[in-house]
Amino acid sequence: MDRSGDFSPVAVVQDRGSIFSLKGLMERQASLGIILMLPGALLLMVFMAYPFFLGIWLSLTDSIIGNIGQYIGLRNFSDLITDSVFLQTTRNTFIYALVTVPFKAVLGLGMALVLNNRMRFSNPIRAAVMMPWIVPTALSSLGWFMIFDPVFSPISWLLKNLGLIKQNINFLGGPNLAISSICLANIWRGIPFFGITILAGLQAVPQELHEAAAIDGAGLWHRFRHVTIPAIKGVVLIAAMLSIIWTFADFQLIYVLTKGGPANTTHIFGTYAYQIGLSATEIGTGAAISLYMFPILAFFAILLLIYLRREA
Amino acid sequence: MVGGDTLGRRTLSIYLPLAFFLLFLLFPFYWMSIVSLKPTNDLFDLKFNPFWVQHFTLENYLYLFQNTEFPEWVKNTIIISVVSTALSLTCSVFIGYALARLRFPGSNFLGVGIFLAYLVPPTLLFLPLAQVISSLGLYNTYWALILTYPTQLIPFASWLLMGYFRTIPKEIEESAMADGCTRLETLFRIILPLSVPGLLSAGIFCFTLCWNEFLYALIFMSSGPMKTIPVGTVSDLIKADTLFWGSLMASAVLGSFPIAILYSFFVKYYVSGLTAGAVKG
Repeated sequence: MDRSGDFSPVAVVQDRGSIFSLKGLMERQASLGIILMLPGALLLMVFMAYPFFLGIWLSLTDSIIGNIGQYIGLRNFSDLITDSVFLQTTRNTFIYALVTVPFKAVLGLGMALVLNNRMRFSNPIRAAVMMPWIVPTALSSLGWFMIFDPVFSPISWLLKNLGLIKQNINFLGGPNLAISSICLANIWRGIPFFGITILAGLQAVPQELHEAAAIDGAGLWHRFRHVTIPAIKGVVLIAAMLSIIWTFADFQLIYVLTKGGPANTTHIFGTYAYQIGLSATEIGTGAAISLYMFPILAFFAILLLIYLRREA
Repeated sequence: MVGGDTLGRRTLSIYLPLAFFLLFLLFPFYWMSIVSLKPTNDLFDLKFNPFWVQHFTLENYLYLFQNTEFPEWVKNTIIISVVSTALSLTCSVFIGYALARLRFPGSNFLGVGIFLAYLVPPTLLFLPLAQVISSLGLYNTYWALILTYPTQLIPFASWLLMGYFRTIPKEIEESAMADGCTRLETLFRIILPLSVPGLLSAGIFCFTLCWNEFLYALIFMSSGPMKTIPVGTVSDLIKADTLFWGSLMASAVLGSFPIAILYSFFVKYYVSGLTAGAVKG
């Protein structure tokens, strides 16, 4: 990282004649700014912007893997609208992204309020509750895969031994139960993100504000309602929008738990695009499935951008 | 809390909910760990309590190292994560500095562009990106991931660092430049040493995302010995018979361990980085 030697005053003085123009370039704000943006921008152009436009082109063709096809207009998109699996996939994606958010937000708020108290071992506890969010999701999903297993599920074992059920539950076996199980695992993963983000917001509330409100006779609920809530409203909204975007475009949790099964009933856009685009090699149709996500992602991205701009 | 804290009230309002969160959030890890430490036959024996280890064994871990490509996956994951993190951090320091300190044409537009790039998910791009990777001849090479991961890392790391750089008083730089330092010298000698916490949280963020990434690794590294830990575990250790649980969970535990340790040490930086970069930025 220490490249400073290259630009030491001595070197610059010695070389002033020969590299005068380079030095000038590195000192003018406009040119230096652009030079510094270049390496990152180049990577983003080649591996993000270009594939995005290539994806739009692919979605307008009947390409299969290894064979660039013909331009067919919007046929991939219109065919998908009449595909019952795609319609189910769309419904699943919305359930998965929207239904889980209130649970994550409320439980995350609860977690933040608890962690905001002074207590012993607060650092190890914070590190511990972050684990679902930070460890590889594909690996923790394997834990859930076993927790939901029709034979080995510890939940089934517990309920059976308590005499509440007679048969093991097949958590990932039927469509509705499978979606609920998937949502539970997703909520589990998302709570710490909300929790830690809201905690950061809570810690920005000056303690004096609470004390002043308490002196004015405000009870616990009133302080929560009129001091805490306004202070964290912003971070909760930001966290919710990010969470919707990420969950909407998720892949790995469902790939590990059900691969979209049973009978294609638990796909979301990401896993269905993978199945059609790679497993079935219809990369044009797959690209179209991915692109169906775009309007919704763009909507939330712009909402977030407007909100952040207004706050700033 | 303003006075009047009895132990009873603390238990009800803090310790009980805390116990619930710890139990719910940590149970899957507990479960994975105990399954990985049991002999396979114990799993099938219904008279044993499944929440405890009756006969402790490390055979699942030994199996992982002796009979699978797990050691290769570890090597691949480390190389890819380290190189990709270094590349992303370098790019992000430059971008963060340029956006925080320099006025240049299009800087506002580029700032918004970088922010939007943060919101572009891999599932939107993976199919066309697979074509790009294959036409560049990068399939099953480290470069496939080393070059594509930064697109997921640079946006957030740049924003985080930009937020951090802006908290450093401009006067320090101005006096250094009055003493003859060039702009790049002030970046390397003054700003970066003052930004160590920001660099640490950006670095941890990048490393974690590389280590955890699944979709690109699944598609671009399909040959056995080139896989990363998450992909190798999910695609190679689940077998048709039912005797795989022990080694599967052992691999999941080992693959999660480095990240868990990293966060236990740096949780403070992570939270402060989040406050400085993500929330305020």
